[in-house]
Amino acid sequence: MAGHAEHPWLTVVALLIGAVAFGVTPLALAQLWARVFSPKKPGAIKNATYECGLESKGDAWIQFGASYYIYAIVFLVFDVEAVFLLPFAVAFTGLTLGACLAMLVFLLLLVEGLIWACQKGVLTWA
Amino acid sequence: MADDLKELKIELSKNGIFTTTLQDLYNWGRKNSVWPLNFGLACCAIEMIATTMARYDLARFGAEVFRPSPRQADLIIVSGTVTKKMAPQVVRLYNQMPEPKYVIAMGACAISGGPFRDGYNVLKGIDRYIPVDVHIPGCPPRPEALIDAFMMLQRKIDSQSLSGPNRPRHLRADQPSEFPVPEFGAHGLEPTQNDEVFLEEKGNPLRILQ
Repeated sequence: MAGHAEHPWLTVVALLIGAVAFGVTPLALAQLWARVFSPKKPGAIKNATYECGLESKGDAWIQFGASYYIYAIVFLVFDVEAVFLLPFAVAFTGLTLGACLAMLVFLLLLVEGLIWACQKGVLTWA
Repeated sequence: MADDLKELKIELSKNGIFTTTLQDLYNWGRKNSVWPLNFGLACCAIEMIATTMARYDLARFGAEVFRPSPRQADLIIVSGTVTKKMAPQVVRLYNQMPEPKYVIAMGACAISGGPFRDGYNVLKGIDRYIPVDVHIPGCPPRPEALIDAFMMLQRKIDSQSLSGPNRPRHLRADQPSEFPVPEFGAHGLEPTQNDEVFLEEKGNPLRILQ
């Protein structure tokens, strides 16, 4: 490769191809084996839903419990905020005042949610 | 011819060259990792549990994990009395296992109803509905007997061929992969047995399906 600089991510691409091949090759070989040796034998009972040997009646899509809304809010406050704060923390020193103020507004909104959850008593162990 | 091949294999292995056939490799892989289904009915199930525990470890033969789902299991050990109420569920579980699948009938009750065969609700043997590969007599059979049956099943798997007319059931498209589930009706199970389980083949009457 005289005259060309090697791309710095060449090894990563090679490793990526190796990793994907490592996973896909046994699957492909298994498919090939099945095509040569095993005939497809589907059955009505074989593909039915498993319920400890009983017949399943009805749909498994039940109504979602609305009482889990607390978890959704607490997840928003902690996890989504952390994800947005991480790049902010890295680029903190290079930002303008306006950007910092906007980020502060975002933070204050979520702190309000945190205070609400705290006062509701969901952040202490029972 | 087979002896010549065996001698050749031994000669080569003495020089550090390991030879095998695709069939041997396939059967070796299958027989050393037979995963049973988490299935026990009565007292024989206690002996089965004892077999999986420290003293009579079944894990050293490859039956390390007893799968809770039939989709991931190769073997169902029918251990205990099969009542007529439970029989449809046993057959449905067997049907939901993917092929190749094997059945061990453990104990007198699973083979033929056992000491309770005169009971009004006792099924006289699970091989009325599903094909059984190994029967273990006993009431209950000792854990060593279950290990012996497991090794017998491993020898059976080892003797199965990949091609030819004596292929096992899972390699033949004409053999059923699932058996009809009986209904628990007003007067016992309907039908009382599955006639497909033991089929006659031309020139080989009542040969049990492999």
